[in-house]
Amino acid sequence: MTLPTNSDAGRENFRTSVIQLDRPGDPSVFGEQTRAEAAQIIARYPAGQSRSALLPLLHLVQSEQGYVTSDGIAFCADILDITKAQVSAVVTFYTMYKRSPTGEYLVSVCTNTLCGMLGGDDIFAALGQTLGVGDNQTTEDGTITLEHAECLAACDYAPIVTVNYEFFDNQTVASAHKLVNALRGGERPMPTRGAPLCSFKQIERQIAGFHTAETLAPDANTSGVPTEIGVHLAVERGESAPSYAVERTDARTAEASAARAASQPTSAHDAPLETSASDEQHPQDSGGAAEPEPGKGT
Amino acid sequence: MPLTPVLTKRFGTDQPWKIENYERLDGYTGLRKALGMPPDDLIALVKDSNLRGRGGAGFPAGMKWQFIPQGDGKPHYVVVNADEGEPGTCRDLPLMMNDPHSMIEGIIIACYAVRAEWAFVYIRGEAVHAIRRVTAAVEEARAKGYLGSDILGSGFNCDITIHNGAGAYICGEETALLDSLEGKRGQPRLKPPFPATNGLYDAPTVVNNVGTLASVPYIVLGGADWFKEMGPAGSPGPCVYSLSGRVQNPGQYEAPMGSTLRELLELAGGMSRGKDLKFWTPGGSSTPMFSAKHLDVALDFDSAVAAGSMNGTSALMIFDQDDCVVRAVKKWCDFYLHESCGKCTPCREGTYWYVGIYQRLEAGGGTIEDIATLLDLSDNILGRSFCALGDGAVSPVTSSIQLFREEYLAHVEGDGCPFPGARALVGAH
Ligand SMILES: Cc1cc2nc3c(=O)[nH]c(=O)nc-3n(C[C@H](O)[C@H](O)[C@H](O)COP(=O)(O)O)c2cc1C
Ligand code: SF4
Ligand code: FES
Repeated sequence: MTLPTNSDAGRENFRTSVIQLDRPGDPSVFGEQTRAEAAQIIARYPAGQSRSALLPLLHLVQSEQGYVTSDGIAFCADILDITKAQVSAVVTFYTMYKRSPTGEYLVSVCTNTLCGMLGGDDIFAALGQTLGVGDNQTTEDGTITLEHAECLAACDYAPIVTVNYEFFDNQTVASAHKLVNALRGGERPMPTRGAPLCSFKQIERQIAGFHTAETLAPDANTSGVPTEIGVHLAVERGESAPSYAVERTDARTAEASAARAASQPTSAHDAPLETSASDEQHPQDSGGAAEPEPGKGT
Repeated sequence: MPLTPVLTKRFGTDQPWKIENYERLDGYTGLRKALGMPPDDLIALVKDSNLRGRGGAGFPAGMKWQFIPQGDGKPHYVVVNADEGEPGTCRDLPLMMNDPHSMIEGIIIACYAVRAEWAFVYIRGEAVHAIRRVTAAVEEARAKGYLGSDILGSGFNCDITIHNGAGAYICGEETALLDSLEGKRGQPRLKPPFPATNGLYDAPTVVNNVGTLASVPYIVLGGADWFKEMGPAGSPGPCVYSLSGRVQNPGQYEAPMGSTLRELLELAGGMSRGKDLKFWTPGGSSTPMFSAKHLDVALDFDSAVAAGSMNGTSALMIFDQDDCVVRAVKKWCDFYLHESCGKCTPCREGTYWYVGIYQRLEAGGGTIEDIATLLDLSDNILGRSFCALGDGAVSPVTSSIQLFREEYLAHVEGDGCPFPGARALVGAH
């Protein structure tokens, strides 16, 4: 039996790629506001469980410095009263904590099996060549960090590329080139699903749990054909789940049911269209009428 | 087999993630009803419905809730597993992005049933748009009095903390998730004790998948018998099947548990490039792969096991005759190597040797003994790993050798991958 040698992996030994702790780290580079925000993060968790705040705290320091520096580690250790070794152990465990300066845009190409075989591997190779960088490296102008990603839970839109974690669906080598060229040219193309692009630091702030009405992007697109294909097909085929009656306990919902929009997909109980249950003039016996009803005009 | 949209039924309606739209479509009526029931009756209802966990293992949700010791004077927690990372799995993110309130309503009902006042939603960090939607939805629910103190005048208090991960598949394993939520490296804990008695902060904790909890409001409204009208009795309810890969119309198809790939493929318009089906996963990469022989296997928790695989996350990744199975498995091995937490030797070392062998099978230099070595390695990982990630890594390897040994041999005989273009990409990353 022949066993492969280490060099068979044909890559840098990932096990030695630990964080650069070139100097002790200075927590005081983070100002009063960061301390106040750290306190807000800790307050999300039960009293006495401040260590739960470590993951969001690391996103917070990363949002200020673009990666987790020895200062960020020292700051988290200081705030939570744990050791820097404890913090470093966590930093090195998770992929999203970057260990070197990250570009304004983190471009992640899904190279897990499904996306990779549908074109993701070609996209990753092509972008690496165009940008002149390898995995987890940043272009000289500091705009783009390229990485390969594992499955991003969007396989029905394969191949997937994300920019600062916003979805660009169904990519090709050509569309991915166009995307990075636009980014390098100072543009911010709209993601297929997700909010308008911001910088890597800004998105890290959101991941740390700091949102504004604007960054929550309440009207941004969330869906696409694959997401809705099953419900649309069910309408087309006149199929639905078995029905059940909803007991109304609240006038507010009954009123609302009368005001609902016209083109809704199927539902658990949209079958009794001919009965009083679906009659919007009689919301009091509405039964299942608060359900969306396909093709019903108002 | 008819389509039976329940969890997905609001997809495609006008901004279903906004609370007014959710309420208009029956939203929070299940919660109102639940708050008028004794908590134990709710647990009994969910038990009766035989709702099985949608996170992969299919454990009965009602039973899990019943394990929470009552009257123990400790705080109880509900933790939502929204770490969706199993390759091929893409149904929790669309649900949270499009219909976050159904999950939130399920969380509140679950908290009420197990007497928890605090829930945590652990969302994978990369899922920024789902994070936004869930964050906004929690705020809306709070503003409307569905969260907070004395919910809808019931005297019940409950709130939700959103906790974002940082990129680690293993944090989907429930005990690793709890460690991660406690601010540590996400490495699994020894079981027993189980989270039901010693979970988050060592307190009784329910860990449930997004889809499991989102099913609960419908069960409260429709009843256990309604739920069991769909699918087989042992594994009932609607199942969101996620089809991806070489299909004409990939996407989310919600149909009764026990549907078959033949039926689902027909709904999805068949194969995408006129080639025959070759291999597919019934429930993500950690479930042993199937081939064209398995088109009529009923895809529910029990039948999939009987056929030699698992329903897992009902993530159907579909590949055709032009796809190299060795390349596919190599890439999954890359994934398991990258995501192995390193805690136990069989998985940490085994995934490393897997990758080395697959590398040369694809690039050239593989030998006939390599196939035996892969099987030997698999024997040493399966059942000897500390958590199910190691077992999952074995699934694609052994199942592909079992079904496609000739293709492995062709890689040895041809001194590398016989499929055009594949070799150039080996080691591209
Ligand atoms: C490596 C690994 C990854 C997992 N990832 C997830 C996940 O992303 N989401 C999930 O719900 N369950 C995941 N699970 C299953 C959980 O451990 C757990 O069984 C599940 O969250 C329980 O919820 P349920 O009973 O509602 O399914 C994973 C398990 C393993 C071993
Ligand atoms: S099986 Fe793998 S992921 Fe699980 S504990 Fe062992 S090393 Fe960690
Ligand atoms: S494999 Fe790329 S998103 Fe799942």
